[in-house]
Formats: sequence, C-alpha cells, structure tokens
Amino acid sequence: MNLLLSDGTCLTGESFGAQREVRGEVVFSTAMTGYVEALTDPSYRGQLLVLTQPLQGNYGVPSGPFESVRIQVQGLVVSHYSPNFSHHAAVRSLGDWLRAERVPAICGVDTRALTRRLRESGTLEGALTEGRSPQALRDAEGVPMRQVAEVVTPGEVVRLEGGSGLSLLVIDTGAKENILRALHSRGATLWRAPFHHPWERLLDRVDGVVLTNGPGDPRDLAPLVERLRAGVLARGMPVFGVCLGHQLLALAAGAETYRLPYGHRSHNQPVMDQLTRRAYLTSQNHGYAVRESSLPADLEPWFVNLNDGTNEGLRHSYRPWRSVQFHPEAASGPQDTGWLFDGFLRMVGELRQA
Amino acid sequence: MKGIARGFLPSRPNRVLVLGSGPLQIGQAGEFDYSGSQALKALQQEGVFTVLINPNLATVQSGEDLADRVYSLPLTPHFVEQVIVQEQVDAILLGFGGQTALNCGLALEAQGILERHRVRVLGTPLSTIRITEDRQLFIDSLAAIGVQCARSRAVTHPEDALAAARQLGLPVILRAGFALGGQGSAMVREEAALAPAVERAFQSATQVLVEESLEGWKELEYEVVRDAEDNCVVVCTLENVDPLGIHTGESMVVAPCQTLSDHDHQLLRNLALRTIRHLGVVGECNIQFALDPRSDAYRVIEVNARLSRSSALASKATGYPLAFVAAKIALGYALPQIANAVTRSTTAFFEPALDYVVCKIPRWDFDKFEGARPQLGPEMKSVGEVMAIGRSFPEALQKALRMLEIGVDGLDPEAYPFPDPAAVEEALVRPTPRRPFALARALRDGMGVARLAELTGIDPFFLHEMERVVQLHSSLRRGELEALSAGRMRELKRAGFSDRGLGRALGAEEAVVRQRRLALGVVPGLAQIDTLAAEFPAQTHYLYLSYAAEGNDVVPLGPAARRVLVLGSGCYRIGSSVEFDWCAVQAVAAARELGLQTVLLNCNPETVSTDYDVCDNLVFDEISLETVLALQQALPFQGVIVSMGGQTPNNLALKLERAGVPVLGTTPEAIDSAENRSKFGALCDSLGIDQPRWTEVRSLEDLPRTVENLGGFPVLVRPSYVLSGAAMRVAHSDAELRDYLARATELSPEHPVVVSRFERHAREIEFDAVADQGEIVHWAICEHLEYAGVHSGDATLVLPPHGLYLDTVNRVRRIAARLAQALRVTGPFNLQLLSRHHEVKVIEANVRASRSFPFVSKVLGTNFIREATRRILGGPPGTEPGANPLELDFYAVKAPMFSFRRLAGVDPVLRVEMSSTGEGTGFGWTAEEALLKAMLSTGFRLPTRGVLLSLGPVGDKYRFTEEARELVRQGLRLYATLGTAEILHAEGLPVVAVDKEGQDSRLKDATALLRSGAVDLVINIPRDYGEAGRPDGFRIRRAAIDLDIPLLTDLRLARKVVWALGRCPPQALEARAWTDYRGRRPR
Ligand SMILES: Nc1ncnc2c1ncn2[C@@H]1O[C@H](COP(=O)(O)OP(=O)(O)O)[C@@H](O)[C@H]1O
Ligand SMILES: Nc1ncnc2c1ncn2[C@@H]1O[C@H](COP(=O)(O)OP(=O)(O)O)[C@@H](O)[C@H]1O
Ligand SMILES: [Mg+2]
Ligand SMILES: [Mg+2]
Repeated sequence: MNLLLSDGTCLTGESFGAQREVRGEVVFSTAMTGYVEALTDPSYRGQLLVLTQPLQGNYGVPSGPFESVRIQVQGLVVSHYSPNFSHHAAVRSLGDWLRAERVPAICGVDTRALTRRLRESGTLEGALTEGRSPQALRDAEGVPMRQVAEVVTPGEVVRLEGGSGLSLLVIDTGAKENILRALHSRGATLWRAPFHHPWERLLDRVDGVVLTNGPGDPRDLAPLVERLRAGVLARGMPVFGVCLGHQLLALAAGAETYRLPYGHRSHNQPVMDQLTRRAYLTSQNHGYAVRESSLPADLEPWFVNLNDGTNEGLRHSYRPWRSVQFHPEAASGPQDTGWLFDGFLRMVGELRQA
Repeated sequence: MKGIARGFLPSRPNRVLVLGSGPLQIGQAGEFDYSGSQALKALQQEGVFTVLINPNLATVQSGEDLADRVYSLPLTPHFVEQVIVQEQVDAILLGFGGQTALNCGLALEAQGILERHRVRVLGTPLSTIRITEDRQLFIDSLAAIGVQCARSRAVTHPEDALAAARQLGLPVILRAGFALGGQGSAMVREEAALAPAVERAFQSATQVLVEESLEGWKELEYEVVRDAEDNCVVVCTLENVDPLGIHTGESMVVAPCQTLSDHDHQLLRNLALRTIRHLGVVGECNIQFALDPRSDAYRVIEVNARLSRSSALASKATGYPLAFVAAKIALGYALPQIANAVTRSTTAFFEPALDYVVCKIPRWDFDKFEGARPQLGPEMKSVGEVMAIGRSFPEALQKALRMLEIGVDGLDPEAYPFPDPAAVEEALVRPTPRRPFALARALRDGMGVARLAELTGIDPFFLHEMERVVQLHSSLRRGELEALSAGRMRELKRAGFSDRGLGRALGAEEAVVRQRRLALGVVPGLAQIDTLAAEFPAQTHYLYLSYAAEGNDVVPLGPAARRVLVLGSGCYRIGSSVEFDWCAVQAVAAARELGLQTVLLNCNPETVSTDYDVCDNLVFDEISLETVLALQQALPFQGVIVSMGGQTPNNLALKLERAGVPVLGTTPEAIDSAENRSKFGALCDSLGIDQPRWTEVRSLEDLPRTVENLGGFPVLVRPSYVLSGAAMRVAHSDAELRDYLARATELSPEHPVVVSRFERHAREIEFDAVADQGEIVHWAICEHLEYAGVHSGDATLVLPPHGLYLDTVNRVRRIAARLAQALRVTGPFNLQLLSRHHEVKVIEANVRASRSFPFVSKVLGTNFIREATRRILGGPPGTEPGANPLELDFYAVKAPMFSFRRLAGVDPVLRVEMSSTGEGTGFGWTAEEALLKAMLSTGFRLPTRGVLLSLGPVGDKYRFTEEARELVRQGLRLYATLGTAEILHAEGLPVVAVDKEGQDSRLKDATALLRSGAVDLVINIPRDYGEAGRPDGFRIRRAAIDLDIPLLTDLRLARKVVWALGRCPPQALEARAWTDYRGRRPR
C-alpha cells in the first residue's frame, strides 16, 4: 500500500490495517505512547496520522477506556509495527483493531523523513491507496471536514449525575471522553449536549459551560460561535474551553484564529503560565491557533507556548472565562495541568455561592 | 525561547569546587568524565571560577582548558579541605562525580568542614542526598506521601539481617546502603546462602536493606530534572529488558520504554514527579521503578540524587545534556531560561521525543579474571557499555551486540557452542553475558516465546522481536546472495544484519555482500537526533545510520578535503578506557584548530567524545568497515585517523585501506609490521634491536625444541593484535604452554602467536612519542615501579624515570628513533622495553596512542595528541613544546586502580594480562610523595596499626629485611606467615607468626588476624607469577580484598612504598594544583 501525497510524493509501505483507500490531511504526532488514545481522539477525525516513534503496537489494544466510541483517524502511518504485542490489559493487536474498525494503516515508511517534509511544506493532503496517480488520491474516500457533527456522539443530550452539586453544560464538538471523566470524577453533574442541539434551554439549569475539543477549523462553526456569544457570553456565565473550545471562546469574544503551518501534536509542548511564571508540559493536538494580536481588551493571554510563542490559553480579566489550547485532561500525555479543572470548578462554585 | 526574561538568580557563587569521581572502577566509569566536563562547561559559560579535584588525569575534565584550577588529589576530606581553604571556595558541586563525590560530600559535612569554611552545596541539598542514600530514611520519606516501596527492613547488624530475612521469608534481596553499583547486594533464595551473603554485604556497608524479592517485575528508570522553581520534567525513560534482579548497570536497556501503555507511563511519570518534588531534588536525578507485568502494582526501588551512569546514557539517548542543564540549575537558572542545545530555538523545559529506539548492552570482562563467576545479579560487574540507535529493536540490538566486540555478528544462535539443551536452559535461568545468545539458540530450537518469558522474565515483546531476527537468520541459505531481492536485502538490513554477518551466513566475502547490496540500491540513511522528532529543525549534527532511514538528514558542507574522520575507542573494557577518549577528543580539537571539519565515530555513551559539541559531526554508531564506507558516501572525508582510539580503530587500518579509504598518518602496512608480533620480531632482528628471545609457533610438534631454544621455562605466550595482554600467559610447563597456545589462537585466529622467553626481575620502560615521517618530534619516558611481568596497564609508572641510568635512557631513545624511521611513523607511537643492568630489549611497539599519553602529555605540558594530529594532517606544529622529560624538577606517578572487590573469588594477583580498571595520578617534589598520593587516590590507606607480611620466594624474604626494619621503626606491628616470620626473626625483628592456610592450630590464622582489624596493610609476594592452580597465599590476598585492606603483591613496589611511608608523613603530602608543579621550583 502507498502513502500518496498531494505534492506527488509516493511512499510504499506494508498494509497492516483495513484494505480500504482513504484520503485526508496528513498530520504527524511525536508522542511516544498513547496510540490507543490518539486513534480514538475525535480531533483527528478525517486525518491521516503519522507517528514519529517508530515502534508501534507493542502493548496491543485494551478493552477500554477509549476517547470515543470508535477509531477516528482516517488512516495510520508508522515506521515499524509489532504484531506480537504484550501487555496484561491488551485484548487484541493494533492491526486487528484497525481492521475491525475498517481503518487502513501502513508500516515500513520512514516517518521521520515524512515528518520533515510536512514540517517544511506544511500539512499536505494524502491518501493511503494501492495506486500511485493523482487520480488515485482523488478517488480515495475522504471525510467532508465540515461535517464535524458526525463525530459528536451521542447525538442527544446525556446527563451524568455528579455528587458535588455543581452542574455544567458540556457543549460537545467532538469531545474526548477524558474531559468528561475529568469533570465528573471531580463531582460535577454534566449535561453533555451536541453542539447543534438547542442547548440554550439548558443554560438555566447549569452553573457553567465547558467547550470541548473537536476536529477541523473553528471558523467552520460560525453559527455555533454566534450562539455562544449571544447565549453564553452575554449572560456572563463561567466558561472553560479546551482546544477547539478555546478557539471558539476566542472567536465568540471577538478574536481571530489562524491555521498553523503543521500544528502541534505531541506530549511535550511546554507552556508558561503568564501569571505565575510556572512552566508546564502539555499534551496537544491542534492545527489552528488564536491570534494573540487580535485579542479584545480584557481577554488576556494566560498561557504561552515556550517553543514558538503561540497562544496557549486565555483568561478574561473580570469575567469567569478561561480556556486552554492544550489538553489538561491528557489521555494521552502528561497530566501536569489537571489542576485547571479544579480551578475552574472552584471558580464556578464560588460564583454560585455569591 | 520566546518571551522569556532572564530570571532572578540567587546569590551567585564566585568560586565553585567540583568533585570528580576519581579512578575508573567497576560501577563508576567514564560517564562521570562526561558529566563533570559538562558541568565545568556550564559554569565556565557563566563566568564562574571553577576548581576541580580529580586524580584521574586520563580524563578530559582534568585538562587545562575546562576548569580554572585542577587538583590531582585523592578525593578524601583531608585533601578536599586543604583545597577549599587554598582556593577560597564558596560553593561545591557534589552531583557530578558519582558515588565517590557524593560520599565525600557527606563526609565533608559530617566533619563540619563545609560549615567551617562557609561552603554552600549547590543543587540538591545534602539533607536530600542523605535521605536518598540511607535506605531506611528513604522508605520512611516515601511512605509519608503514600508512594510505595518494597516490604523491607533496614538493619545495621548481621544478626538483625538474618532475623529480618526470616521474617520476610525467602527469597529476599540484600541491598547495601551508601554503596556504589550494588556493591555487596545479593539475591538470597535459600537458607544456606543467607549467612554468607549477609556477611559479605556488611563487608561493604554499615547498613543493609533486607527486602522482599520482586524478581521478574519490570525494571524502569526515569531521568528527572527539577529546578529551584519547581519546574519538573522527565527527560528520558529507560526500560530494562532484563527484569528486576539484575542491576540496571548489568541489564540490556532500551529507551524509550517500549512495553508501557500511556496509562502505565503516566502512572510512573506522576509518581516520579511527586517523589522528586517531595524529596526536594534540585538538578538531575534518577528514579528506579519496579512494575508488575500482570497489574498496575509498582514499587519505587531507589532514587539517585545525582548524575549517574543512566543519566549519561539518557543524555546520549535523547540529545538532552542532563549534566549541563543540572549545573545551570545549580546556579539558579530555571529550566525555561536554559536553551535547548540541539535546536537552539527552544528551551530545556521539555521532554524529548525520540523517533528511534536505543539499545544499551553492558560489556563484561570475566575472561580476564581467573576464577571469576560470570553470574549476573543485583551487583555490578560490567566494565563498560555500548549504545546502539536504530529504527527497530532488532536493528538496535544487533548493532549493539556487534559493538561489544566480542566476536559476534549479531544475535547469532551459533555464537556460543552450548553443548546441549540443558546448558542453554541453564544460561537462560542463571543469566551470564551469554544470555542473549542462549535466547537466540532457544528461539531457533523452537522453545516458544511463552516458555522463554517464563524462564527469563523478559517481556514477550522483546522475545518476539528477537524471534524475528532468529527466523531471518535461519532463513539464510549459503549461495543465496546472488538471488537475494532488493526487498529481502532491505528487510535483512533493517533487522540489523551486517554485511559481514550476512557474508558469514551466506558463504560470501563481506565485500561481495556489500557490492550486491549496493547494486540492489540498499543503503543506510544518515539520520539526525534532534530531541523533538523532526518537529523543529536541529542545529547540531548528532547522527546515526539506519537502513530504515531514507536519504540523509544532513548534507556535507564543502568538499571532502575539508573533512576528516576520527575513530573513537568504542566500548570501555579492561585495557581500553577513558584515556583513549581523551585522545579522541584531543585529536578532534587539533583538527578543528587546523580549520578542518571533524566527523567523530564512536558508540560508547560513557564518553566525552560523544558529546555533540566536541566535534562538527558526531556519528553515534558501530566502529566498523561498513559504517566508515557508508560515511564516506554521506559525509565524504579526506581520510580517517585510526591511531587515537586504541586497539579497535587500529585493527581496522588494513581493512579500510584495502577498501579504498585513505588512512591518515602511519601507513596500515607499517601498523601491521608492529602489531603482527612475528613481523615485528623480524623487523627488530633486521634493525639489530635486541628483544627477549622469541619464536612464532606454527605447529605444536616441536614445542620442546622451541622452549629449549628460548632458554627453557618460563615462557610467555603472546597473541597479536590484542590489547591489555588478552590471552597472554606465562607458561611453566609443557601442558600449560599447550593450553595457553590453544586459547591464544582461539582469540586471534587470523594472526600469529609468538612465544618469548620470560625475563625475570627486569625493569620495564614505557616510551611514548610523536613522530613526523619517521622523525621523533616529542618523546617521554616512564619507568615501571614493578618488575616486568606486571602488565604495563597494571603497573605503577613514574615520570621522570629516576631509577634509570642515563645510558639506558639513551639506548631507549636510539632504539625508538630507529624503529620510528623504519616504520616511517607519522603520529603517536609507544614502545615497551625491558632493561636489566645495561641491556635494553624491546617487547613491543604500538603505532598508535597508548594508555599513558594523557599522563605524559599533562605532566610534560606538551599535548602529544594534538601535536600528533597536526603532523598527521600535515599542519604546522602547535604550541611550544613543554618540559624535557629528563629535566623535570618534580615527579608524577600513575598508579592502577583495581576492582577485585566486586569479583568474588578472583585472585587479586598481578599478571601479564591486565586487570586494572582505572588509574590515579599523584604529583610531588619527590617520587615518594607522588607515589603515596597516587596510591591514596586509588584506595590505598596509610597503615597505622600493623602489617602482615607473606613473602613467597626465599630471596624476596631476605631482600625485604631492611624494609621490615623500617616498618618497625615507623611504629607498626609486624605479622608474618611462618616462613617469612622465621627469617625476619633471625634478623632480630619483632614479628608475630601467623598461619597461612588456617590449618596449624598453634598459630593464629592469618585471615582471622585480618578480620580482627589489627592489620591495615598486607604485603604478599606470590611465590611466582605462575598460574597453574593458584599461587599460594590466595586466602590471604582474597581476605585482604574482601575486608578492604590495602594489598601489595609486587616486591619492588612494596619496598618503594615502605620507604615512602617513612619519608613522607601525611602532613607532608601537599595539596597543590597539578599545573603548578610545572615550571616552578620546590619551596
Ligand atoms: N526488591 C527487589 N527485588 C528484586 N530485585 C531488586 C529489588 N530491589 C533491587 N533489585 C535489583 O537490584 C539492583 C540494584 O539495586 P539498587 O538498590 O538500585 O543498587 P544501586 O544503588 O547500586 O543502583 C536493581 O537494579 C534491581 O535490579
Ligand atoms: N619477554 C618478557 N619478559 C617478561 N615480561 C614480559 C615479556 N614480554 C612482555 N612482558 C610483560 O607482559 C606485559 C604485556 O606484554 P605486551 O606485549 O606489552 O602486551 P600488550 O600488547 O597487551 O600490551 C608487559 O607489559 C610486560 O610486563
Ligand atoms: Mg540502582
Ligand atoms: Mg604492552
């Protein structure tokens, strides 16, 4: 099977997933663990994922937990695949899982060379196919990227009872399960609503709103941005945004977003808290970012990426709005910023008391 | 590095003392030269005045260009305090010199020295260090934050240890506190083994932890960095392929961890961060975990709150300079304020992403020690290690196995002739250095992965990957080469098979395989290690080759003529260690001075030469013909320097030349005429240079005649192209001779073996020089303090050679000049000679740098290697030459360091085959002062109570009477074994007779005497340098080693030491920077 890129490059590898020809944006992740979490992360919807750590499949696939109900990536590209996995929690091999979920994958590709190319030329379109021609690329099956609705599961509002008495509306744009687990395990009652649902009706019943991660360009969600501005921000409700949710909050508050040349996808993104000057390592997966120069007055940069200076978080100077570009819920990746959930819940609690 | 203000630094120290790790020993090797050098660089960058104490002059850090002041002194509070006062030190770094520096720091504090002189400990506070070193405090401290350790009890008395073991139930592991490399640790499986193991553990420690055995759990190490502002990162994770029970230093290790899910990894990562924050480490540390392969259960094994062997490995495995960063943190920097040295555009606050896999394998030298048991366990016995980088475990593993230079081409099931399946199984269950090959054999013979995992505890993931290699190996058919497809060739190469290995399996020459491979278009790519898996461009050229890499990450700058390749030393082993790393580093520096770009090839993570800022292009890969040829394509160079890395590169010279690679300096042909003992003998004969009578052995038939021609037994068996006297033996009888000859030919089958007359009671002379087209331009001459017959690497060297006649020196120089001419030497060379009365005989010539080059270079003030490199590259001479060896007004002595204590059952007697692991140097205005300092730095202690004499040969007994009298005069009590006692008694000396073998009930047993503590020096001269059975006195020698009582076994050296003790009382041993001796008058 080949990985065919829109710049004409053709890399041949061995198939170890489903026999299907697929197309998508080719992105790379430098994370060294966590293929199970990455593959089920809805933010990867429609993308061909390239992993730079060459050995993959080593610890097989467990029966759970996953970050969503299915494998989300369009296809997987690795250097060395180990069919013979070993782990006490594993129930099947990575290849078996991919085949069962009809997701194609190849190994035997120099993923470092591929990553360098992506770094230099920016993200490219590509396809996993048996063919080698531009036509083969066009023929392969893609996901219309505007239909993020597809990744949002469940399709209706679900209520998760918590013990703390606080309740939150989670506006789901393709949430990783661990965001919900992180909030729920801290006692919050969650109303999980698909973003296209008329969730405005629920706002009276909750103490705050959480905007989740999800795939694609935040500007494709203009109607949602409008609803957030009118429905949530106008009421001055507490908001916590993660990843895409962070971008949506920024857009709703009047800032701009833009596309990064090749995104941030790794476990080792260093960010600095501008208030405390403490640095944290974070797990990230995003291709778009908030333009700091476009921030309206009172919406202040909270975290900054130490590598490239891009914005990594926002806080409003007097409204209870907070958001981060990275993933405090981790899964996979470092769990060093889980305290953000505590902070947000504390803030929501205090406001409720007031 | 965007938006980072230079933060606030707390009161910056002015003059910082760095403690080195001293002579190399098992458990503590070259890695501390690397970490110390990095620390000094970091301090230098900050403009801090640095003072270093390290008596190991073979290191890079002890040179004149790193620290402002360097003291070559023993690392004891006595000397360190003097330096603190003299240099007005206000701060000290303890984390860069291994266990030696750490323990010295604890002693300095305990004696109030740090407080008295207001010296601040930078980095991790001493209170933290004490907690991490004291096993009980450590467990209590972790319990406070709910982090789990194994069930255990720390005890300080042997009886308590026994009770604790019985209470916990066997099996248990005994772990010594404050110890280095698991010294004294042992796994106890049955009751009978308990008492001896407890006794042994208490020989090396005052505290022992008795702990439930977790044998078979996974062992993992996390390298953690924390700054004073509490920013914390895990720089590298290491997974031991060998499960718990085998010391991490003895284990095959991979990085990053391969069998951990993200869940597992985050569990351990969180624990690591929590623990390190709680302990309050400031700088670098290593935390070791045990993880149950069947559940989420874990235990913390230990924390090393200092740079360690693993941190050096982690630095090399990731490109993250841990020691450098730790030093900056010690000065008060926060991680985000420190630049990422590889990308230069990001910061040190991150966790490297690896896009390759690293495999480390230790190297053992059990063959060098008669009587050593090659069993691996919780105690370190290895003498070096290699690291291989690849894109799959098989590629890295097979490379690493070859890098060990133990004569294998990879994971070969045929590497060792296991006689039967039982022997294979034995090697699997009771691990030895051969275990990888037993695994290969068992896999080939169909013992499945599941069964092997059960027997060895090795994770099935690794076993499956090995199985793939073995299957590929078994699929190779003789004569298949021509039919091999590009696809299959690529598959084989990606699985780590070398051209030579393929050739051997396919029945073809290496060169033919190579041709075929090139014709199929299968070539390796040169890939970069960039710390961020290509996410950001890297500015440094830290490189490796992989057949899974397509194309090269770097392009050569400028033409080949601008570039030169220097080959490093490879794996450290007995006979080849840090001294050759010093040489490689100097050679690269000299080439850079001449404006050339340098490419350095080496595969040893313990070295400074593999620090990527030492050269322009660092290639971390196998030192082999295949690699060099690949580099010739990827980074074309004008030629290769083979004379700096010791024997490994030297042995490649001829092959490289035949393959069309220009070898710079002395021609490979000339190298061959020196290395090939037979050719060399003939050359000396033709030049009229005297040698001990010798002959090449071609058949075993006329052995008696041969021996007769040499003048009878004893004779010396010497194979060619070896280092450190490998397989060299003194034979006293026909049977011995046949046995040794067989071993020698096995070791070096392609080269001749010669037999020489063994010269007794001769002096040995070491001549080191640099020549240019046959003309000697720099030279040095050292004398051995032992008689010939003690390998030059085990000998005590003195410079200037105060015991040699001028006439002898002149003869040596004339011989050297003639040989240099004949071989047209350009570059470094070394001669070893014997002298008796006025006769001088040559034993051997090494047309390369030798072990003593750093020593003579530093003592004389002429950098022999830089000068040699300049000549090799056709450049002008460098700095003004230093002192003439005969005009020095001070003395320097280089003494050997032995690691016999770790090798239970080994006879600590010195022979023609080398067994020391390191060296220490002392300086003084007299040879005596220099000798004592050198010996103190290698663990010798000045006797204050009593001396046990056991002088084998009758002549020696008489020869020692004046010295015995001197010992009495010094107020020491004399004890002697019966024969010796009688003679000394007859000379009127007060001496207590003891029994050697503990069989005579009327006398006190010698070993009981030693155990009683009445004796603090043992002088035992074995009856002969024979090795048939054990020379007598083994019990005494071994007891001295086990009880850590200084032992001397050479008569000549013992006599010198006795007189030195008399003439140099401890207060006369001056603390003075070694550079201050040069060009100054005595006070
Ligand atoms: N409880 C245990 N059960 C089995 N093996 C152990 C246990 N504790 C330690 N070990 C083994 O002993 C080795 C050495 O122990 P350690 O205390 O780390 O010594 P050192 O301080 O010299 O590194 C470890 O690397 C591990 O393999
Ligand atoms: N003919 C000899 N008589 C006595 N001792 C010898 C003789 N030849 C060699 N030796 C001793 O053996 C040691 C090792 O021999 P050498 O040839 O130098 O081996 P290597 O090449 O390993 O250094 C020497 O340092 C010397 O002490
Ligand atoms: Mg340890
Ligand atoms: Mg020699």
